Amino acid sequence: MAEFRLPPNSRIKKGKHFAAADGAGNVRRFAVYRYDPESGENPRVDTYEVDLDTCGPMVLDGLIKIKNEIDPSLTFRRSCREGICGSCAMNIDGGNTLACTLAIDKVKGDVKIYPLPHMPVVKDLVPDLTNFYAQYASIKPWLQARTPPPLNHERLQSKDDQEKIDEPAACILCACCSTSCPSYWWNSDRYLGPATLLAAYRWLVDSRDEATGERLDELEDPFRLYRCHTIMNCTQTCPKGLNPAKAIAETKKMLAARRH
Amino acid sequence: MSLRTPLGKVLGLGTAKEGTDHWWAQRISAVALFFLGLWFAGSLSGFDSFAHEVVVAFIAEPLNGALLALFCMTVAYHSHLGLQVVIEDYVHAAGLKIFALVASRFFHVLVAVLSVYSVLRIGLGA
Repeated sequence: MAEFRLPPNSRIKKGKHFAAADGAGNVRRFAVYRYDPESGENPRVDTYEVDLDTCGPMVLDGLIKIKNEIDPSLTFRRSCREGICGSCAMNIDGGNTLACTLAIDKVKGDVKIYPLPHMPVVKDLVPDLTNFYAQYASIKPWLQARTPPPLNHERLQSKDDQEKIDEPAACILCACCSTSCPSYWWNSDRYLGPATLLAAYRWLVDSRDEATGERLDELEDPFRLYRCHTIMNCTQTCPKGLNPAKAIAETKKMLAARRH
Repeated sequence: MSLRTPLGKVLGLGTAKEGTDHWWAQRISAVALFFLGLWFAGSLSGFDSFAHEVVVAFIAEPLNGALLALFCMTVAYHSHLGLQVVIEDYVHAAGLKIFALVASRFFHVLVAVLSVYSVLRIGLGA
């Protein structure tokens, strides 16, 4: 059966509290999920009091300040700090988003930070995305064409056709959508999830690609595609404002269209 | 611990090359149920009394009997499709999953046949 409760060794315990230094003016509490598989202990939530007067505006700035000045053992991924690398995807204030593009003052109350839901945790806020990346690789995310490329220029595409792939190609594979999807939580071993299906759609609607039929064949499966029940968490949570749910619906329409 | 590659695991047994019919049937049966449901609710609200002979006379009308049988069959079919998805979503133990899928199918066929048999029996005045 699907598991509705965390296994005993995954249940979260109360953690340490790190009070702000005396004289700190604008204090905000960060409640952060901590887990170290090597310790053999259960996960815990540590609370850190951060002085926002000496902190950047984004949640990621808060995490970096905690790591630099309060607790160097805190582990998280980050790179570009401007919403294009997708590394700092995590569950903040109950929703999946990028820590670098969410302002601290947009969060009411304590800033609660957990790793992306329902993924194996490597350490603290770092989830294991191996399966997620393998799913992306499985849809062959590259141009497939039998027609050889023109000799003297690139494969051409009209402006209208280019605009069709504008949005799906803007996905940064941060995994916020897939890990917000209940269907993905229960069946991520077989259901590809919104991020991978959005990527698949990006190639389905690419006018230069000639493998549309084969791509649809590979998706037509009760689990790979049709586990999507239009829950729409993906579209609601996408930090880039993309619409994976619509891409999946369009894919289903393409599959229906070739039958009738 | 498995040493199979992550991509190998994802590709698994390959695709079943189906699912579209199921998805389409769910939607078509929902549309049918919308209209049949309207008819059913409208008919119920049209009754002045639910006395036995009044209802029997209603079902004995050929169009009413046919629509009522269709309504029951479509409910059973739509419910079968939906419950199948729920089982596939949540029941992962292989043996239990197959058992639940088969039991659900038997149950819904039984419901459909019982309904149609009842409507016929009443309609034909047996």
